[in-house]
Amino acid sequence: MVISNKTIATIGTDAVSEAMRQINPDVVAAYPITPQTGIVETFSQMVADGLVKTRFVAVESEHSAMSAAIGAASSGARVITCTSSQGLAYMWELLYIASGLRLPIVMPNVNRALSAPINIHCDHGDSMGARDTSWIQLFSENGQEAYDNTIQAARIAEHPDVLLPAMVLMDGFIISHSIDRVDILEDEVVSRFVGEYKPAFSLLDAKKPVSIGTFDGLYGFFFEFKRQQEEAMMNSFKIIKDIGKEFGEISGRPYDLFETVGMEDAEFAIIVLGSACGTVRHQVGEMRSRGIKIGMIKLRVFRPFPAKELAEALSGLKAVAVFDRSDTFAGHLGGPVFIEIRSSLYDLPKRPLIVNYVYGLGGRDLSMELIDKAVGELADIASSGQVKQLVNYLGLRE
Amino acid sequence: MSTKLKDLVMKPEILSGGHRLCAGCGAPIAVRQMLMGAPDNVKLVIANPTGCLEVSTTIYPYTAWKASYIHCAFENAASTLSGAEAAYQSMKEQGRIEEDFRFVAFGGDGGTYDIGLQALSGALERGHRLIYVCYNNEAYMNTGIQRSGATQLGSWTTTSPHGSNSSGKKENRKDLTAIVAAHNIPYVAQASISHWKDLVRKAQKAFAADGPAFINVLAPCHRGWRYDMEKTVEIAKMAVQNCIWPLYEVDNGKWNLTTKVPKKQDVLEYLKMQGRFSHLFKEDNKHLLPIIQQNIDEEWEKLLKKCE
Repeated sequence: MVISNKTIATIGTDAVSEAMRQINPDVVAAYPITPQTGIVETFSQMVADGLVKTRFVAVESEHSAMSAAIGAASSGARVITCTSSQGLAYMWELLYIASGLRLPIVMPNVNRALSAPINIHCDHGDSMGARDTSWIQLFSENGQEAYDNTIQAARIAEHPDVLLPAMVLMDGFIISHSIDRVDILEDEVVSRFVGEYKPAFSLLDAKKPVSIGTFDGLYGFFFEFKRQQEEAMMNSFKIIKDIGKEFGEISGRPYDLFETVGMEDAEFAIIVLGSACGTVRHQVGEMRSRGIKIGMIKLRVFRPFPAKELAEALSGLKAVAVFDRSDTFAGHLGGPVFIEIRSSLYDLPKRPLIVNYVYGLGGRDLSMELIDKAVGELADIASSGQVKQLVNYLGLRE
Repeated sequence: MSTKLKDLVMKPEILSGGHRLCAGCGAPIAVRQMLMGAPDNVKLVIANPTGCLEVSTTIYPYTAWKASYIHCAFENAASTLSGAEAAYQSMKEQGRIEEDFRFVAFGGDGGTYDIGLQALSGALERGHRLIYVCYNNEAYMNTGIQRSGATQLGSWTTTSPHGSNSSGKKENRKDLTAIVAAHNIPYVAQASISHWKDLVRKAQKAFAADGPAFINVLAPCHRGWRYDMEKTVEIAKMAVQNCIWPLYEVDNGKWNLTTKVPKKQDVLEYLKMQGRFSHLFKEDNKHLLPIIQQNIDEEWEKLLKKCE
């Protein structure tokens, strides 16, 4: 088929709004919060200009945003909401309800640090905290990926073998507020790609009334429901890969669970996600041109976590550095990505050495010098076979 | 629409029998009377916050609801239902739904006066066409009789116990019906399960309203109020007659007293019938009795003025 993209210069939030316009959901319920605000503002204008069929519910809080999204999705509607940071935290209990009711709600979350101290800049503490809520989590490197992920999220979430809500994650300000080159698909192409949503049940099915969110108090099926959610997560690996491939066919931009750079001959590697991938990729390319055998893995899908595939990709390496833009405050256990990767490597017959770099909390810049510093240490680990410090804070004032 | 008993008994029941609410519970009486006011030709979506009504009528894999039903969490029945209503409006506009749906939330006083107040206020302000019914039993009964913003001054609850340093709840209840009326929505009313004709008529008006409607229904709980279970309706009736729970409506901004009180009763008899107030008749706590009466009298006078 002929791939037709229109190239524009746009900020990340507008790229997401554009994806939302093209998905044309039945209901959007959202509340403004920095740095997500651009999405609700631009989308509100699209509603005001009659560009979408969407009912926009301008709720009084994020709690009500997710509640209304749950009510609307239970009514058979295709639903999108979006938030950041405190807003995501305020939705907390409802994240579990959305996934527990198996409602394929799509939610762009513009990553921002959680208070206190209050800070409006990027880190991944907000969505990493939601890693056990049974939501699909897709990370984006730039505005293009935020746009592409939003479109794919609708398909992934609604797939009958998945039926889980999906978060599209993009770094606050670095992606949300930066002008970037973004290739936009034609409306009909997106419309055809997402297709018509056919819900399995609906409050508004007049012939078949349903009770949703009922009480599991006496006969105890809770355990089975939760096991089914895990089953859906397992199923989603294949669906995410299939849809990523299909998206490649319409856009020229195929997607997988993660992306590798130079891993064919790498002796050590960095694993990173979000906007930092661009900086790391640049430095890795630079070093490789100087003959340093370093590779990089850009993690796109954090939930489900591709443990098996990552272990395979990392096996045979001497050392691995995991970059985390959030901490778990567990007492030297490291960031969430590190914990998952370390656990994924456990069953390998020969495990690479592993080290964690926590960076960029509250928007602290990740400079090329800091990456060089980490790579220098990683090279030492690879050659010495010794990890001196398991968890390191990169760019911290000391 | 008719409020004649012979017509009302012919209406199909939406909340079927066999649910697990206590014998003598006021909540299902409120629900059934309320839904008798629904037009015959509409489909319903019912929402509950977490509470007695929810846990007792939807024990998985069973449901007592013959209409569509959703429970999400405790503080968000209004916002959950507003999402369902928005989905309906969207899909109706797109021509994907033919039937006429109406949306009714039933929340207890805890889920309405307290934790759910923000979601309720937001939904009312946004103008969704939904009815929010508070079945008010003046405390958190589902969790074991804890005080709420609807609990009466002096009342015993498990979190406002009486003791050597306490005469029961120290604060007076908030006037939620007036708070809701201040949202200037089409229809607001206060009702009681003891006055079924009045309640059904109010329900009919609420269903006819082209926008949000709110009805605060007194629905006594014998477990929490400590009276014999067969007296639920009698107690509710006394509350109307002594004006601790006056029946009125705010119909498009106009305040109307809907049940006249020809001879206003003293509140003492009402208090005496309920174990939650029994400590007020002991020497240490007696000082609260005239204050409670005075509060009722003052509120009643204010209401009469609004309804002039």
